[in-house]
Order: sequence, then C-alpha cells, then structure tokens
Amino acid sequence: MGAIDQYIDLWKEHRNLLDSNAPEALNKLRDAAAESLKEHGLPASKDENYRYTDMEKILSHDYGVNIGRVKISVNPAETFRCDVPMLTTSLFLVVNDAFAETAGCRDVLPDGVEVMSLAAYARINPEFIEKHYGELADIDNPIVALNTLLCQDGVVIRVRKGVKVEPTIQIVNIFQNTAPLMAARRVLIVMEEDSEARVLFCDHTQTADVAFCSVQVVEAFAGKGSRLDYYDLEESSQITSRLSSLWLRQEEGSEVLLDSMTLYNGITRNEFFTKFCGRHARLRMLGMGIEDESRRLDTYSRIAHDVPECNTDELFKYVVDGDAMGAFAGLIYVAEGASKTEAYQSNRNLVGSDTAVMHSKPQLEIYNDDVKCSHGTAIGQLDEKQLFYMMTRGISEDQARLMLKQAFMSDVIDGISLPPLRDRLKLMVERRFAGEKSACSSCPVGCNS
Amino acid sequence: MLLVKDLHAEIDGKEILRGVNLEVKPGEVHAIMGPNGSGKSTLSMVLAGNPAYTVTSGEVTFRGKNLLDMTPDVRSHEGLFLGFQYPVEIPGVSMVNFMRAAVNAKRKYLGEAPMGATEFLKLMREKRAIVELDNKLASRSVNEGFSGGEKKRNEIFQMAVLEPKLSILDETDSGLDVDALRIVAEGVNKLRTPENSAIVITHYQRLLDYIKPDVIHVLYKGRIVYTGGPELALVIEEKGYDWIKSEVDGRDAIKGEA
Repeated sequence: MGAIDQYIDLWKEHRNLLDSNAPEALNKLRDAAAESLKEHGLPASKDENYRYTDMEKILSHDYGVNIGRVKISVNPAETFRCDVPMLTTSLFLVVNDAFAETAGCRDVLPDGVEVMSLAAYARINPEFIEKHYGELADIDNPIVALNTLLCQDGVVIRVRKGVKVEPTIQIVNIFQNTAPLMAARRVLIVMEEDSEARVLFCDHTQTADVAFCSVQVVEAFAGKGSRLDYYDLEESSQITSRLSSLWLRQEEGSEVLLDSMTLYNGITRNEFFTKFCGRHARLRMLGMGIEDESRRLDTYSRIAHDVPECNTDELFKYVVDGDAMGAFAGLIYVAEGASKTEAYQSNRNLVGSDTAVMHSKPQLEIYNDDVKCSHGTAIGQLDEKQLFYMMTRGISEDQARLMLKQAFMSDVIDGISLPPLRDRLKLMVERRFAGEKSACSSCPVGCNS
Repeated sequence: MLLVKDLHAEIDGKEILRGVNLEVKPGEVHAIMGPNGSGKSTLSMVLAGNPAYTVTSGEVTFRGKNLLDMTPDVRSHEGLFLGFQYPVEIPGVSMVNFMRAAVNAKRKYLGEAPMGATEFLKLMREKRAIVELDNKLASRSVNEGFSGGEKKRNEIFQMAVLEPKLSILDETDSGLDVDALRIVAEGVNKLRTPENSAIVITHYQRLLDYIKPDVIHVLYKGRIVYTGGPELALVIEEKGYDWIKSEVDGRDAIKGEA
C-alpha cells in the first residue's frame, strides 16, 4: 500500500462529510481526482520530473485533514502583519485552508475586485467557479489530483474588466494546529480584460513544532491586456512540507510577473505551468531560494509558447548551504507556429558547503526557426578574489560572505516591481543570510521563532 | 614600521619569493621595481594576506606585531593598505555599502561606535575630493563598469578613507593616462604624513616623477637584489634591468644556484 492510499481511503470513508462541507463545484471533480491517483499513484523516484522530491515519503506522514471544518482560530489575527508590512496592503488570512478576513481588509479595495473564500464564492456564483475550477490544472498531475480530492476551500481573486487595483492584495497563509495537519487549499485568480492587480502570498507556520503539509493549487487567468504581479513568499518551519502547483494562462497582450521566494522552508516543491494563448503577452519569472541546514527546495517550470510573438524571461537563483538541497528544472517549449518568440531562461546558484547539493536542468524545446531563445545555468562558489579584496578593506570574512550572497540575489530582488516589498525583501534577505532564525521581527505573532 | 626578514612564499607549490629582506621606517616611501615575473605583486599579496599564497619561512613584523599571524581584515585594521593592480569588481555591492562596512569594521575593531549616516557621508565627500572621484560612482557597484582610471582613483579614495599607516600601491600607474596618473599621484602625496609610510610597486620611472621615493629596491627572482637612492630609477629607465639581471645571474652561477 502506497502513501497515497491513506488519502484515497480517507476520502472514501468520509466523502459525504467532505462533500457536505464543500460546494458542488469542488465536489464534482473528486471522483476524477481519485481515479487519477489510483491509476498513476505517486511519482516514483525514477520519474525524471520528480527525482528530487520524494512524494511518497512526504505523504506517508500521518497528517490529519480538517474534513469536519473545525474552526481553528489564529491569535492574534487582528494584529498579524506578516513580515511585509505595507500600509496600503489589503490583508486576508487563510488559516490552514480556511479563508478568514481581517478588520478593514476591504476598505482599501476599489469596486470591481472580489477577494473571497472559494467555498463562499462558489455558493454565490457557482457557474463562475464551475467554469474555472480545474480548467487549467491537469488532474493527472499528482499535486493537482491530491488537492482536488480533498480541497474544501481557498481563495478567489477576481478583478473585473478595466479595474486597476492599487493596493497590494496580501494573502497570508498560516499553519496553526496542535496535531500534524494537511491543508489542501486552492487559489483561483481571474484577471479580466485590461485589469491590473498585485497579489502577495506569504506562507507562515505558526506552530513550529507541529508538522504541516500544504498541498496547494493555484489557477491564474490573465485576460487580454491584463497585468498581474504574483509574489509568493515562503517562511515556514523546517518540518513543513509544501507541494505547490501553479497553472497560468495568458491572453493577448497580458503581462505577468511570477515571483517565487523561499526564505525559510522544510521541504518544498514548487511547480509552474504557464501557457500563452494570445500574441504579445509577456511573462517574467523570478525565483529565489535560500537553503541551509537540511532544507530542500525543488522547482519545476514548464513554459509553453504555443502562439507567436510572446516573451518570457525567467531567472531563478539559489544559495545552498549546509546539508541543503536545491533543484531547478525548467522547460521552455516553443511550438511550431510560435514565430518571433523571445524566451530566456537562466538559473544561477551558489553552493556554500561541501555537503550542499544543487541540481540544475535548463531545457529548451523549439520547433520554430524564427525565435530568439537562450538558456543557461551556473553553479559555483563565492569568488575568492572578491572575498580577499573586501577583507583587505577591513571587512571580516563572515561579513564579506554575507554581503556577497546578498549581492548575488540583488538582481532577483531588483526585479520586484513594488518598491516597499523590494526594500523589505532586501532587509529580510540580509537578515536571512546573517543567520537570524526568523526574519519576522516586526511581527507580533512570533511564529518560526 | 615594517620589517621583512628572509621571506619565502609560494603559490601552487611554486616558490616565488625566495628570501626577501626589507625594512621600511615611519615616513619613508620605498619604491620596488623589477622586471616582469620577479615577484613584486606576490610580495604585495603576501603582505596583505592573500590566502592563495603560502609563506614557507621568514618573518614579517608590522608596527611591532607579527603580521603573518593576522587575517587580511585585521592587517587592514592595524593600518596596512593594499592598492590593487587589478581592483576587483563586486557587482551588487554598492560603493557606499562597501565603504560603510569597511569604516565600521575598523571602528568596531578599535572599540568605537559605528559612524552616523551624516558623518559618514561627509567623510565620503571629503575623501572623494582628494582624487576627484565622481559622486555618481558612489551609488554604483564596487568597480563595476569603472574605467581603468576610475578604478585606480577608487583605490586611492579607499586609502584616503581608511587612513593606513603603511600603503602598498601595486602598479597603481599601470593603465593610466598622464592626467589620471597625475591625479592618483597627487592623491597619494596629499595623504603623505611624516609618520606614514608607503611602498610603491612600479615598472616605470614615470610614477616616481610624481611620488618621490626615499629608497628604491630592485626585486629579481624573488629577492631584493639591489637597493639604492632615487637616482637608481633613472639608471633603470636608461639601461633597463639587463645589467642587474646579468650581475645577479652571474653571482648565482658562481654560487651554483642558477
């Protein structure tokens, strides 16, 4: 019996309870999810795309799932400001997988933008959820299948046509429970024509000594001419596992920034599947992973250029220290008809110890001659010449190393379009490299510490 | 100030310094000249503490302390400065942050509180003026995209900020046009005091027209083989190094060392 069977059994046993606590749109897909899991099982370690994430091992842990929707409160939710305090932020909480609001979170949002519980929205507007839920995410993907099997709630962000949302919409995902818990949360982002929004997701673990597993699926639709900045910042405990699968579709002329930042984590698998459906769409993907001790971060991205004249620029950087492991695999696929594609992919990594490991696999698959594409990867150490130069100016070796690691991340940080977040991130990364246990100094909750 | 006794050093198992003896007294300026590959830059690297080089024997005393025991940052705090022949580019680290880290590291070593922002900026302004360094360079990454002349001026700027007791300037004149050379040399001269010393490493007489040395040494095959007054530079300019080479090679042949 494989690890996945316990979740299939759980669903079989409690499917009525599960369904009764979730909207019909979500329940509809559970059978297909179960079928997929039964048929494919979990990816084996020899599966090329899952070589560095042992799903079997992660899911063999005995996590509870909050099928009965027992309310788990977060204290003090009202004052929780995460680590990226921005006065203009509209802050929402997701406690494990349940959507919660903070006081005044809607005050700064203009008309024409909805930020809601997925379950609640499905009751108000079932057609909308039925149309988009599972529209992009492939049910044969193991993370998608497991999420779909157990998902009961999550977040919907819908920005109506032509609406430009000035304040950043911040969603803080908090893990809090007294016993090991799995949360299958689902995020649906629909940017209608010519809309604009910035969304920041922050993952936190509030109870650091309890094991958590997040199984998350994000489906994002960038409509014609829309603009979406999507930031995802993970700061969870070392015994947290995160399996995240993001699916993005971009229409003509849309511009999307996907920025994945892993500052603190346990075991993380982040997947990105993106596809262009209209011309002149642009995707900028940035990623930053800081891994030490025995943390693991595995990133997979597949960017499909199926139509002409779209542009991708992908940059992922890792600093791997201690006994940590980092992995990056990225495929840019350019279809036969996708002329005048411009696609660049770069993965650069610093490995700081003899026991740290980095795997990198950049890939291009091109079926068109009229394209500009490049890909590259580099794995190296800090430059001894730079270290020595700094030390001759009186800077200690530790301080010099810290400054060079920070400098290494500077182009990823500078890619953040939002100045307060950029400044904040600079500081957080600096503190992270300085070896502070937690960067959440401004936060009264004190998770991670 | 500095006393070097029978210093031997190697890199990748290859011996480059083969018994250097040198004494620099407070207020003195020494020039070290010599043909390519004689070990001039190695000497500067070893004195600054580059870990790529291994000292196999000998002693170096700097202001009464054993220099070879100190890490490069401590050598800097104790008053040693190396102006690099090839200043290193550090993308992503701004000049301001770099200098602030350097200044405050020294203050910490001396038991002083970190310098306030206003005071620090004033210091930067003051010292930049000495080498006519553009204000715009301050916000740029260390040496990144600097011209050859700007890099060298930046070295002297850093020297001005750190106020060393002994400055070693490794081929500060290389790659400079006449104007840049003048600015750099004038910068060095402005920083000269009766207590501070300098070692100027150069190929050419040219720099020594601006920075007047008290003593000139010729380094050849890892040893100081000739020491003289300022007039030695003129002799070298006129006759090259061949006469010294043949003299030394002849001596070595007699000793059976060549």
